[in-house]
This record gives sequence, structure tokens and C-alpha cells, in this order.
Amino acid sequence: MKREAPKSIADYSPLFFPGLMLIVFFVIPFSTMIAVSFFQRDPSGFYTPDFVFSNYARFLTPFFGKVLGFSLMLAVMVAICCVVIAFPFTFLLTKRPRKVQTIWLVCLLSVLSLSEVIIGFAWSTLFSRTAGITNLFVAIGVMKEPVALLPSFWAVLTGMVYQALPYTILVLYPALVRLDPTLLEAARTLGASPVRAFVNVVVPALRNTIVATLIMVFVFALGSYLLPQILGRPSHWTLSVLITDQAIYQSNMPFAAAMAVFLVLMSLALVGLTLLVGRRENAL
Amino acid sequence: MSGLELKDITKTFGNFRAVDTANLSVPHGKFVCLLGPSGCGKTTLLRMIAGLEEPTSGEILLDGTDITPMPTHKRNLGMVFQSLALFPHLSVGDNIAYPLRIRGASRDEQKKRSDELLKLIHLPGFADRPVAKLSGGQRQRVAIARALALSPKLFLLDEPLSALDAKLREAMQVELRQLQQRLGITTFVVTHDQREAMTMADLVVVMGNGKILQAAPPIEIYRKPADAFVADFIGMTNLLDATADRVGRVSVLGQAIPNLTIPEGLTKASVSIRPEDVHLGPVGGDAIAGTVTFVRDLGGTIETFIEAGGKTIVAVATPRERPEVVAGQQVGVILPAEACVVLKS
Repeated sequence: MKREAPKSIADYSPLFFPGLMLIVFFVIPFSTMIAVSFFQRDPSGFYTPDFVFSNYARFLTPFFGKVLGFSLMLAVMVAICCVVIAFPFTFLLTKRPRKVQTIWLVCLLSVLSLSEVIIGFAWSTLFSRTAGITNLFVAIGVMKEPVALLPSFWAVLTGMVYQALPYTILVLYPALVRLDPTLLEAARTLGASPVRAFVNVVVPALRNTIVATLIMVFVFALGSYLLPQILGRPSHWTLSVLITDQAIYQSNMPFAAAMAVFLVLMSLALVGLTLLVGRRENAL
Repeated sequence: MSGLELKDITKTFGNFRAVDTANLSVPHGKFVCLLGPSGCGKTTLLRMIAGLEEPTSGEILLDGTDITPMPTHKRNLGMVFQSLALFPHLSVGDNIAYPLRIRGASRDEQKKRSDELLKLIHLPGFADRPVAKLSGGQRQRVAIARALALSPKLFLLDEPLSALDAKLREAMQVELRQLQQRLGITTFVVTHDQREAMTMADLVVVMGNGKILQAAPPIEIYRKPADAFVADFIGMTNLLDATADRVGRVSVLGQAIPNLTIPEGLTKASVSIRPEDVHLGPVGGDAIAGTVTFVRDLGGTIETFIEAGGKTIVAVATPRERPEVVAGQQVGVILPAEACVVLKS
């Protein structure tokens, strides 16, 4: 369908409201943050307007580099784990009767009602030595004595995957429901076992959906700052934790703002790179 | 026996009997059309042959071996779906070579076979095109080529031509038939288009309400329909009530028809007569008196609608054969006994 290009100002009117919202709730706060990131910190007060690069220069150190690297790595791992678990799960879910699907989706949605704090403390109990799941393993004879599974990297990863999984499933569900079931049947009539057909027909046919979901979970996981603190050691803290620490406890707004801007730029670069690679492969 | 045999195949979905004790024997190399109105169970039957649906009871034998418990991917068959189900992420060549890739054929072998098949379907040089860039007819051919890539024992097509426009459909029917003849492969096509079935099939299987009503060569189905449903579904027909009196004379619409007999012991039956077998003449003699209600002159043929005894009879003839009649005219309708098929009513 071909649409006519808008001619008068009135033709643009449907854009005014979303445009206004975007300006008030995104452009202004984000610009403020960028501005603040160049300000001078005032140790006795808050900050004074200025234009200095010292805030950015300060984290060009191995320490912040490592934290940034860890944050990105953690977010990437959470994204991959979520998609690897959620994709086959959602696929099998769409093959169940309508009623069963509804029940599962309602249960998954109810997980979304839990706050990050509750999820964090629930997992910290589950991973503890005194009341955790290792006690169950001891009871069934798999382990000799209960151990504490936290604080550790795996505890952080588990908690974050748990938190992001319902979103992942909800994003994948519509695409998988719409997938033409005859594609899979065709693969089977051509000699592919059901597992094989899934791997080389369903997965590639939904590649764009998978990439979009990976990016969404990645961005979602990047902002997490409570779970790493509850379930991990300080070495597992993400850049978001440091930003919170600088902004709230050290009252160093300019530095926190600089870190936040840098984090946004880095994640944008990563997302851009993913899309670029995806496009090049598509062109082949 | 070499070929495909269905033994008492039944499939129920809940309380609904989609296929009801279907028995069929198809010799190797035959072209079979499963024909029937929508919802008659023909697609379900095809899907059971493919193994995509499990029969509730019954057996499917291929060359004498029971393949009922065999999963689809081990049955060595090729299937064309109504939606075609071409893989959107693969090129034309890769789509066709997919079954070879699954079996671990080398890249060269895959290329050789897909080029061979592309030539067979008259699309040489299309191997590197994306599927999305093809026209409807081209996609159709690619789906057929992909299904034939491994020279399967069975070739199954589920309403393969329904998405094409009428002209292309007719051309593809002929092409499909010629292809099947050249390859000598046992083929099943599901269709609701009786013209399509008549064009292509060695054996037409008419289904209704989950049952196989008649399985016979097309011309036999047309000339000797097994019951009123088949007669009505295949082509145009006149279904009339026939009654027999005590001395055995049979009359239709109150007019005795010489030489027409109905099974002994019955006093009532249905008679089916094709429009082209109905002759028109002057009123009187053995002719049924009727009034012409409408004349549809199609150029090549003329359809005349005659009202007689509360029934409408359709007669078809070429302009040379047909005496000029106009609406409102009184005519005599002659039903030759040898063209009448007596059906159980």
C-alpha cells in the first residue's frame, strides 16, 4: 500500500503527543544527564556547571574497564541463557492445547509481579547453606552435606535469568505461535527428525526474532543492580551498581552521569554491531 | 503387493470420525486423486499416509510392509503442502537440496541434483534466487522439485494448485500429470476440483463424510457413479425418481421409459442421467412433456433447463445437435435407457 506523504502541519498532528512524551520523559532527562556528566563535582555541595572531561577520564582505568567488561559479559550471558531456555520451551508450549498455553502464560505473567528484591532474597535463601536446595540434595543422597551456593557468579546468573525469562517467553511467544506449522511438517516429510527439523528450520526461520529477543534481554540485564549485590561478591558487581553507589552514596553526580552515558554508548554500539552482522549475513 | 494399501483406516478427533474405515488398494505407479467436498476427510487421509497424523485404527501397507508405526521422516516420501511450506531462509537451490543435506550428501552432489531438478521443472538457473522473489507458479514448481529430490516411493500433494489462477492451474495439471508419467511414481493428490481430478488421475477416490464412496477410473466414476452423492459431486447430473409398477415397467416423472430396469423387488429408485445424454424432441411418444424455462447459450454448448413434473432437467448439447428452442416452449424430453444409471436411493 502506498501512502501519500504528509503535506500540512495538521497531517503531522498524530505525532505531537508521542513526540511530547518522548521529549519530556526521554530527551530532557537524558540531555540533562549528558550535561551533568561534563560538570565539575563540588565535594561540599552537589556540582557546579562546567565543561570538563575529568569524569570520563577517571574511569579510563583497568578497574572500571574490568567492571564494564564484566557487566557486558554478564548481560550477554543472561541473554543467551534466556533465549536458549525460552526458545525451545515456548516452541513446545505453542504445540500444546490452547487451555494449557493460557495456564502457563498466566503463571509466567505472575512471576513478573515479583519485585527484583523479592526475587533476590528468595534465591539467596534457596542458595543458602542452612535452608537451601543443597539440603534437598543431601536428603536424596546426591550430596554429603549442604553447602552455600552464594555469593557466586552462578548465583547472580541464575537470579538474573530467572528474572528475565518471563519477558523472553512473552516476546518469543507471538512469533512462534504465528510460525507456519507446515514448515516443520515439510522438513519431516523430507527426512528430518523432529529435533533436526527444529534446529535447521524453526530456528533459522525465526532468526530475526531471536536476534531482537537477545538484544531486549541484553538491555534488560544491563540495568540490573540489585541482584548482583544480593547474590554476588563485589567482584560480580556490575557498572549499574557502581553508578548507584556514586550517585546515591558518594553524591558524585557528574561521575555517575558520565558512567551512565558511557554504558548507554557501549550498549548501543554492541546492539548496532549485532544488527550489522545480522544484515550482512542476510545479504549473503 | 507392490503399491499402497489402506486397511480399515479410521481416524477420530474426539467424537468426530474424520475418516471412517477407509479401504483402498493402489498399484505402484498410479496417479490417485482424493476428491470430495471440504471436511470430507481427504486431507486427513493424506496426512495419515504421510505419517503426520496417526490412524486411530487400521493399517497402511507400502509394498507389503506395514508402515503405520513408522515416523514420517523414515517413510521416504515427498509431500507438497497447500501452503507449499518452502523454507523462507533458504535459496531455491538449498530448498530443493534440503533432503540431500539431511542425508549428509556432499555440497557437489546437492548442487548436481538441484540443478537436475530445476531443469526438470523448467526453471534452470534459479538455484541462487531467494524463494520470496518467485511467482506463485514458480514456487509451486520448486515445492514439487523439493518433494521429488530423493526419488521417493510416494508423492503426496495436498491441494497443490488451489493458490494458482485458473489458467495456470490448468497448465500445471497437465504438467504434473506428464511429470508423474515420466517418473512412474505412485502419486496422491487431494483436491476438491473434479475437473482437476478428471485431468490427472488414473484412479479417482470420491470421499464424503469420512467414507470412501467410490474408487474407480475417472470415466467410470462419471459414467457409473456408485450413489447419488458421487453422481451429484462429479459433474452436472439430473437426479430423478423412478418407480416400477407391478409388471416391472419403470417410469420417470410419470412417463414409462422402455428398456429401463431397476433391481428386482424395489418399487422406487433414483436415476442419474448426465445433461449431455438428455435429448429433446417433439412432445408425444416416449418423451416426457416439459416446458423450457431457460436457455443458456455458451457458444460451444447450449444448456437448456426444462421443467417437467415439478423437477428441473438440464440438457446440454452442441449448437449443431440442438433443435432451436426458446423459453416457454413445450418440448418432449427423451431419456435413453442405456444412459440412465440406477442408484440406490
